[in-house]
Amino acid sequence: MVETKYSNDVLTAYISGEIDHDSAARIRSTVDGMAQEVKPRLLCLDFRGVSFMDSSGVGLVMGRYRQMKLLGGSLRVINYSEVIYKIFAMSGLETLGVLR
Amino acid sequence: MKTINKMKLSFPSKSCNEAFARTAVSAFIMNLDPTVNELSDLKTAVSEAVTNCIVHGYRRQDGTIYISGAIREDNRVIIKVRDSGCGIADVEQAMKPLFTTAADEERAGLGFAVMQSFCDRVKVRSVPGKGTTVTLEKQIGADD
Repeated sequence: MVETKYSNDVLTAYISGEIDHDSAARIRSTVDGMAQEVKPRLLCLDFRGVSFMDSSGVGLVMGRYRQMKLLGGSLRVINYSEVIYKIFAMSGLETLGVLR
Repeated sequence: MKTINKMKLSFPSKSCNEAFARTAVSAFIMNLDPTVNELSDLKTAVSEAVTNCIVHGYRRQDGTIYISGAIREDNRVIIKVRDSGCGIADVEQAMKPLFTTAADEERAGLGFAVMQSFCDRVKVRSVPGKGTTVTLEKQIGADD
């Protein structure tokens, strides 16, 4: 599940529930659709409501990073739990500088 | 070591069954009183293994995924996830972190790395053209 909010050139996507290969596809299409429409300066992925994530979440973040680069904006990932961070850390995602 | 409980599951290779599979496995081990971390580790590993069957084993075609579970008397959980899909030609390469054959689908290539990091032991047996079996082993109650 994902809800988006756009204000002051920042698009925030509040992701909730479980992120796996199945749900990541739906989250991706909602977020990308919205980002292409408003072309934000910053896309913020808020993980506060995420109760489970497998490595599909890494693909989701990396894909949005590339997407925002193409749109000339940047990405930030916020409010992820320690368990989620464990998977992010495995991927080398930290080097992208998007984790806050 | 004596096995004190067993289960078997089979279901079609639909991505909506990823959630079913990891939830069913977590229900199976629930009476071992796992910690939140142990439960989340095993759920994540099962989710990765089942996703591999769907995305790689069956390449999004219809197929059946089989899971069997065993609990030994020393609280060791053994979960086998099997498909009869295309198999893996080079298991060693497939298990390397960040190696993926599905980059355009935003697969990060971390499936096996996650399984290895979240379980005590991961075994992969694969025959090209016949299918793949991934065996996950995790000791419950070691997390004190």
